[in-house]
Amino acid sequence: MSIISDIIDSTKAIIKGMSITLAQIPKEKWTVQYPDDPVTLQPRYRGQHLLHVDELGREKCVACFLCAAACPSDCIYIIADDDPRPEEERIGVDERYAKIYNIDYGRCIFCGYCVEACPKDAITHGYNFELSVYTRADLLKTKDDLLITKQKQSPNYRVAFSDEDVDSEYKEI
Amino acid sequence: MSVSTQNLPPQFEVVDSPLDSQMTISMGPQHPSTHGVLRLELVLDGESVVKCTPDIGYLHTGMEKLFEYKKYQQGIVITDRMDYLNPLGNNLAYVMAVEKLLGLEIPERAQTIRVLMCELQRIASHMVWLGTHALDIGAMTVFFYCFREREKILNLIEAASGGRLTPSYFRIGGLMMDLPAGFERRLKQFTDNFPDAVDTFNTLLTGNTIFQKRTQNVGIISPEDAIDWGLTGPSLRGSGVALDIRRANPYTGYENYDFEIPVEGDCDVWSRYLVRMRELGESLKIVKQAAARLKPGSVKADAPKVVLPDREAMKTHMDALIHHFLIVAEGFDVPKGEVYHPIEASKGELGCYVKSDGGPKPARVHFRGPSFVNLSALPHMAEGEMVADVVAIIGSIDIVLGEIDR
Ligand code: SF4
Ligand code: SF4
Repeated sequence: MSIISDIIDSTKAIIKGMSITLAQIPKEKWTVQYPDDPVTLQPRYRGQHLLHVDELGREKCVACFLCAAACPSDCIYIIADDDPRPEEERIGVDERYAKIYNIDYGRCIFCGYCVEACPKDAITHGYNFELSVYTRADLLKTKDDLLITKQKQSPNYRVAFSDEDVDSEYKEI
Repeated sequence: MSVSTQNLPPQFEVVDSPLDSQMTISMGPQHPSTHGVLRLELVLDGESVVKCTPDIGYLHTGMEKLFEYKKYQQGIVITDRMDYLNPLGNNLAYVMAVEKLLGLEIPERAQTIRVLMCELQRIASHMVWLGTHALDIGAMTVFFYCFREREKILNLIEAASGGRLTPSYFRIGGLMMDLPAGFERRLKQFTDNFPDAVDTFNTLLTGNTIFQKRTQNVGIISPEDAIDWGLTGPSLRGSGVALDIRRANPYTGYENYDFEIPVEGDCDVWSRYLVRMRELGESLKIVKQAAARLKPGSVKADAPKVVLPDREAMKTHMDALIHHFLIVAEGFDVPKGEVYHPIEASKGELGCYVKSDGGPKPARVHFRGPSFVNLSALPHMAEGEMVADVVAIIGSIDIVLGEIDR
């Protein structure tokens, strides 16, 4: 007897489950067909870093090393230099600038401490997240990859900006 | 002690020979139902488990040692990576331990947001548990629905902190930053729709005879044994012991919230399942209460030597800028002493022990991880059961190997 009632109960359970599954078909889809469709990121998302420039195209970084000091994984490497030229021709906003600014993405954990530390808003997190490369050495990104004027943005994301969601404090792009 | 072990032959030294009726097999470390890289050495007699020995350490990363080389504020990012399903809970245990040493007073709004985010995280953690637990037992679709709900929570966490799996949202003395504009609206969307999802899970699993048969009277641990083995969290409450740190030893203002502590007395996989399912509702209740309580205010404690100043103040005021430089570059000194701070993480009591010798880096940080302690009771529950039930029992104690190995 119990076997028969077991079979009946199990069949009921399966039918109930199937009805829920089938009822999902017309509903809104949560799966994103990445990379055919772009992924939606939140404004505060911490992706690959961007080094910012001011309106004249001069780098904002003054090579104060605070980001490197804040970094928990020691992945920022800076060499500072002086640029004695007049203000308009300089590379950076200040006389002191970062001759070399490298971030090792083999070590970076995208914690946002460098962004929080920077007193000049020179570094922020961008939204690029497609960072895979074929060799480890390619994970070391130099100023050529990080500067906002040079970094190539992936077409595979869109940011969930709406009028009220913009977090102007940290994101300037 | 469970009934089923009594009929088994006494344990004797295992000699692997074809003539022997016992067989030693290795389950894991790449077995999908061990929830990570856990290896179990199972001695089987036919299909019953005679002996079960967990073998851990495949994910050992030396995190506790790493704390000693990082400034206090840098340690927060390490905690994210221990129990990666409950990173905000780990953040909270660590920052609260350090705050205890510093004697910091946390503003009301920061406390409420901490409670809110931790309860969201608990739901997200239980979602992964439910999905994988059901998947182990053979119910595939629940997994998709669970991950859909978790996705919504991760989006909320991402909106607030910028990270999905590793938010590092809490800071010593408050929060990284305030909630984004529009957060409450999005939160409400989630809290309005989540009860429907719980109904779906209940239809798919709780009322499902097949699932009940797989979980009832399996993996029994009596209340006394559960206490003796040091079980905490839902695994303990599934054995009928009503202990919850949020009640027993309230922190961040949990004493002001109205919620129940679900307890089930059957001591088996099924009752641990029911406890967690009911906790989903309770956590949702706390989230709603916290959201209703959010009042405008500061999210950072008033401690200029410990907490980073507001960005505007840092750019306009010299003293704020100096503090900013000092905190980032040198860290802050924490008075000598040692503290232990337990919180109720999604898996049980997560305690953080911090010892300070003064100076900007801790002398020793240790975590009492619930997964580790709960796993140690696995042999007790699994021995005498069928080999197929071992996966159900592992699922029911909800372990994360990142936390066990650290
Ligand atoms: S995000 Fe974190 S780990 Fe990466 S460079 Fe910045 S501080 Fe270092
Ligand atoms: S990026 Fe900012 S913190 Fe880092 S060296 Fe440049 S100015 Fe200083």
